[in-house]
Amino acid sequence: MQDAAPKAIAVGKAVDEIMRRDRGRLLAGLIVRLGDFQIAEDALQEAAIAALGHWGRSGLPRAPVAWLMKVGLNKGIDRLRAATRESRKADALGQVGLPDASVETPEDIPDERLRLIFACCHPALEEKSRVALTLRTVCNLSTREIAEAFLDAEATIGQRLSRAKAKIRAKGIAFAIPEPELWDARLGTVLSTIYLIFTTGYVRDEAGPRDLCREALFLIGVLQTLRPGDPEIEGARALMQLTEARRAARIDTSGATVPLEEQDRALWNHGLLAEARALLATAVARQRPGPYQIKAAIADCHMADPDPDWRQMSFLYQDALPHEPTPVVALELGRGLAELGHVDLALDRLDAARADLAGFQPWYAARASLLARLGRAEEAGAAYRQAIALAPTAASRLFLGRRLRGIEAASGPDIG
Amino acid sequence: MKYMLLIYNDPDRQPTYGAPEFDEMMAGFFAANERMKADGVLCDGEGLQGIETATSLRIKSGKVETTDGPFAETRENLGGYYIIDVPDLDAALTYAALIPSAKFGTIELRPLMDYKPAG
Repeated sequence: MQDAAPKAIAVGKAVDEIMRRDRGRLLAGLIVRLGDFQIAEDALQEAAIAALGHWGRSGLPRAPVAWLMKVGLNKGIDRLRAATRESRKADALGQVGLPDASVETPEDIPDERLRLIFACCHPALEEKSRVALTLRTVCNLSTREIAEAFLDAEATIGQRLSRAKAKIRAKGIAFAIPEPELWDARLGTVLSTIYLIFTTGYVRDEAGPRDLCREALFLIGVLQTLRPGDPEIEGARALMQLTEARRAARIDTSGATVPLEEQDRALWNHGLLAEARALLATAVARQRPGPYQIKAAIADCHMADPDPDWRQMSFLYQDALPHEPTPVVALELGRGLAELGHVDLALDRLDAARADLAGFQPWYAARASLLARLGRAEEAGAAYRQAIALAPTAASRLFLGRRLRGIEAASGPDIG
Repeated sequence: MKYMLLIYNDPDRQPTYGAPEFDEMMAGFFAANERMKADGVLCDGEGLQGIETATSLRIKSGKVETTDGPFAETRENLGGYYIIDVPDLDAALTYAALIPSAKFGTIELRPLMDYKPAG
């Protein structure tokens, strides 16, 4: 009995390790078989607790993941039975056809995460719920970690998660890969959810306990593995890799944002950059363009060696407009025009979008920089001050403050 | 799972009777009906007369109050419905997209309550 304590600790570690690595797969498998989110989650939790006891006594099974799946399935069926009894529909049991746990679970559990991702990212759910559900179930973030990443209260996220799970059931959202005619639209929602996770992580001044960029890259990697050969998945992955490659250069030593054109390129992750460019080339060669491939191509032009390819970028923004006829794309088009020397025209474009972009911080920042280039210092100063007031992070406030002081210094001592 | 597809639209934006767009819309409804029937998912479906024919009833402190007009005055109002029995929301959405008035109005999908007999 002397080694009982260390053995229990070792088993505890093994269970933790497996749950960290394979929770998403196990949960996906259980949800697909049990047809209910909450029951699957509770059953998996029970299975993990059971594993501590069993494995402590008789050692690790040959296939621990399959063991957890099988025990989880049994626990889930018990819960379904109990729930059915509660609602006094016991005789309906035979008809609903409960999953059969007696069938030998193969060691190689089919990966059902794709179905889970599409259910979590169903457009019938709110965007914030999609994000929270995906992070909780596929990436295995805790409610607290999600709350910290989104600067929200833990109780709020908890409530959002349980409501979303109830909605999946009540609305009849299937754990299924969408039919081909729905694929493009549904994939678009999945990609926008993953991209939102990525950008949320990217604009944070400091990474929380779980780096959302890494989680988004993990998700898009899972998607690509489970659905190889889809150019939009490849495009979205390339876009995130290109952005991630600039991460170390995006903020300087004083903590201020550094615009891409002024970044120290030596700080870029050139390995990741090369990987992203190769992936984008593969996607484009499939000749089925889409919004994420275009965005990735724009990012690629922006990072072209030695200088950004503004001409190509403005063509690409023209291509992006029909996919995303948003004022944000119009704003980027304007910025590109300015880089090609048409600063007046760019300002006209920006001003034309004023009504749509009231309160949109990048609009004020872009306008300020155009006004500064035209030598209209006073107006530029006012625009910079508005951009600073609306800036989302300390880093961008610092950067814009520096630009503002630059203008004030250049336009001379106006107050004597 | 049974869903009710509630067909909402703004009468001002609906094609007028006699216009070619009206015939096109009716042909669209006919095609949607036929498809739902052929797939064996259609349980029920009707169109409603306009809101000028609506009468609303409430009971206030035990007395029946009857008023002329619909429950809520909104731009889009309920013009008809389908009830379909399909496996999941995606299937329901696919049928809802066949309803021609979705091009100018809104189709609201609501799962029906499940009153399975107890015991």
